Amino acid sequence: MSDGTAQAVQHHTAPTGFIRKHVFSLDHKVIGLQYYGLALVAVFIGMVLSWLMRIHLVWPSWPIPGLSLLSKAGAPGGVMTPEYYLSLLTMHGTLMVFFVLTNAPFAAFGNYFLPIQIGAEDMAFPRFNMVSFWTTFLAFCILISAFFVSDGPPISGWTAYATLSAVGSDSGPGEGLGQTLWALSIFVFCIASLLGSLNFIATTLDLRTRGMTLSRMPISTWAWFITSCISLLAFAVLLPACLLLILDRVAGTSFFIPAGLVVSDHLQPHSGGSPLLWQHLFWFFGHPEVYIAILPAMGIVSHILINSMRRPLLSHKVIIYCMMGIGFLSYMVWGHHMFVSGMNPFSSLVFSFPTLVITIPATMMTLIWMGSLYGSRLRITAASLFALGFLSMFVSGGVSGFFLAQPSIDIYLHATYFVVGHFHMVMGVAAIFGVFAGTYFWFPKMTGHMMNESLGKLHFWLTFIGTYCIFMPFHYLGLAGNVRRYSAFVDDFLVPLIPVHRFVTYAALFTGAAQLIFLGNLVYSRFRGPAAPANPWEGTSLEWTMPSPPPFDNFGGKHPVVYHDPYQYGVKSSTGDYLMQDSPEQA
Amino acid sequence: MGKLFAVTLAVIAILSAIPVVTHTWYGSAISLSPPEDISTHGHAIDDQLRDTMVEAGVSFLAAQLLLAFFVFKFADRKPDAEIKTFPGGARVMVIAAVVLVGTEILALGVLGQKAWANVYFRPAAPDAFEIQAQAGQFAFYFRYPGADGKFGALHPDKIDEGNSNFFGLDPANDAESRDDIVSGELAIPVDREVHLLMHAKDVGHSFYVRELRIQQDFVPGLDLSVHFTATKVGKYEIVCTQLCGLGHYNMKAYLNVLSQADFDSWLKQKASEQ
Repeated sequence: MSDGTAQAVQHHTAPTGFIRKHVFSLDHKVIGLQYYGLALVAVFIGMVLSWLMRIHLVWPSWPIPGLSLLSKAGAPGGVMTPEYYLSLLTMHGTLMVFFVLTNAPFAAFGNYFLPIQIGAEDMAFPRFNMVSFWTTFLAFCILISAFFVSDGPPISGWTAYATLSAVGSDSGPGEGLGQTLWALSIFVFCIASLLGSLNFIATTLDLRTRGMTLSRMPISTWAWFITSCISLLAFAVLLPACLLLILDRVAGTSFFIPAGLVVSDHLQPHSGGSPLLWQHLFWFFGHPEVYIAILPAMGIVSHILINSMRRPLLSHKVIIYCMMGIGFLSYMVWGHHMFVSGMNPFSSLVFSFPTLVITIPATMMTLIWMGSLYGSRLRITAASLFALGFLSMFVSGGVSGFFLAQPSIDIYLHATYFVVGHFHMVMGVAAIFGVFAGTYFWFPKMTGHMMNESLGKLHFWLTFIGTYCIFMPFHYLGLAGNVRRYSAFVDDFLVPLIPVHRFVTYAALFTGAAQLIFLGNLVYSRFRGPAAPANPWEGTSLEWTMPSPPPFDNFGGKHPVVYHDPYQYGVKSSTGDYLMQDSPEQA
Repeated sequence: MGKLFAVTLAVIAILSAIPVVTHTWYGSAISLSPPEDISTHGHAIDDQLRDTMVEAGVSFLAAQLLLAFFVFKFADRKPDAEIKTFPGGARVMVIAAVVLVGTEILALGVLGQKAWANVYFRPAAPDAFEIQAQAGQFAFYFRYPGADGKFGALHPDKIDEGNSNFFGLDPANDAESRDDIVSGELAIPVDREVHLLMHAKDVGHSFYVRELRIQQDFVPGLDLSVHFTATKVGKYEIVCTQLCGLGHYNMKAYLNVLSQADFDSWLKQKASEQ
């Protein structure tokens, strides 16, 4: 499969004009960087939104300077209204899940490195690839435009549960045009993701160079490939779900709205729909989405850890099979988000079991990573620190899954800050640590400049300690029954918990500010960083065989030939303790 | 720097465990544990939570400390240090994951089923006291069937909050609804099973009472119910846990658990006010 087809790739020559080179580029590397840039913009907006929410939660009457400029109605005098809090919450979740956690580890790094790691000169369908990015960008613009419509951004959370999201402006401010824009944005995002996934799958299956058998693909490539399979099935369900939601909102259909609802004193002109249908469709996408965020991070972290440990993992295969197993199981567990939703209580047990079973492959992977550290020659770099931080976060976020996977305990912990702590750690922070690790590791390759390692390590320390200070206390708050998605804590049992929230707010401001070190390092190194050699980390996979940054056609018009498994570390060779994949030399 | 990572991680892991073990926020008066259970089914949930806490806590500490130990020992070694493989290699890891986690899952899964079944698989007793709860933006209302023991039918088009017709009753044409008692507070008799019939007026809401160990969504268009027996007289907060709009944070009511005698007189007084 890999032999002949690699020769048949359609050649396209390097463009010369600015627009073709940097804007509507067909080059997978430029598109990867575009995805990365978009994720960076989204993550900083999302982070600022979280700051605003954290400040409001603990100092509700403090006017936030400049906030009234963003929305006069939402924050008169800088003090946000309860509905504006919910708008920021909705936009924070949507930006982070879709435009950061899906884009950065998967679309950005995958686009840049998947073709290179398999020895291809581009993606299988470069035009589709360009369309994927610009469609994603369109989705982003549609979402952001919701900030500027007259009744404000939507308030129904990133999960957009019907009927709150379906009945229109009767259900509250932001539920008019803002909510429609939200649904449209996600609809468009789904199209982009489907195109992107197909491209990743076709590229992996058809464009591998000579000698690059499936088992010789780096774990990062395997992770992007498995993720694209998950993504193809997950977004294929969210896409029609969003379409139905849009139809309910603008065309008077009743897919998610039953009869007899009275919202804001108006009897709704709908009948026959089911709000649970939205929940099933949404979570059928929503749970695999967690793995769309975390699997690429697992792949990136494996790739970096192996390089830093100077030895292969105890088993390359077990990691890949575990990722496949997790991907498969991810489609059987969506109901664990709905234990108290009113679905048949027997099905809760059915959904609980595979959820608990996912712990087995996840534990296997963790033990393989940790067991591989034993007896290694671990090099501590900014990249490897973030990879180790990923392991720690993955464990912390994973063990709290034990609680939530059990319906009986979920009765108490559902919709509390325990859930917020759990998913932020395992899906948010762990995946972002994977992105940071990938950035410090591949930045030299992507830009031709080295990043400042000392600043990178400082960034790690502040972020690692800071994120634990933010998200660990959420678990304790959840145990005390602290309900999530409240814009203020007015209940008798919540008021005493506010000091803990204050601590979290300080930690969030501190950790957020520490990200400016990263941003500064990124921008400074891009222009002023020392020139990067072709292989600064003494890596073995194909991305390190080419100059930094890679030429337009990656391999200079040649097709590399692969002779080895991807991780020949800890061997004796003419290059040192490693052997490149394209080296004919035997260790 | 590897040693610094190891020490930091160990400190974080141990500090993280302290509030869970002590149930307080670093020695202060802030309680971080579930409040005292006042239901007949809640102890099974609490037992399950405690068992899970022990298993998850041990896994958490063991994994973090082991990670710290390996990094402490094997980071920044000399470039020519010998590379060793963990005794037994991947096979040991795979077996350990299957055996340790498999046992954990089976134990938790099987035990947990019982706690879940206690709440959901047993139907309400035939003589359980029926109360209807309605959730709407942003208030709960509760309806008692009155002397005839029957609830009048609901007519959404007749809902008129200005005239306190929160449920949409039609007393002019519907005799069964005439003696229905509507309250903003959920008063219930102690030690008697209550069957709460749940009705959503507009969007999704949820019924959460921490002390009762009950959380159940209100879903528009679905007739859901929960049943429980409160064992301790007192006043407890009912809060909404399903995002329902701008007033979500403030959507609450009180659960008032009364002795049978106090409950009877409460109901009588409410009936006279209707």
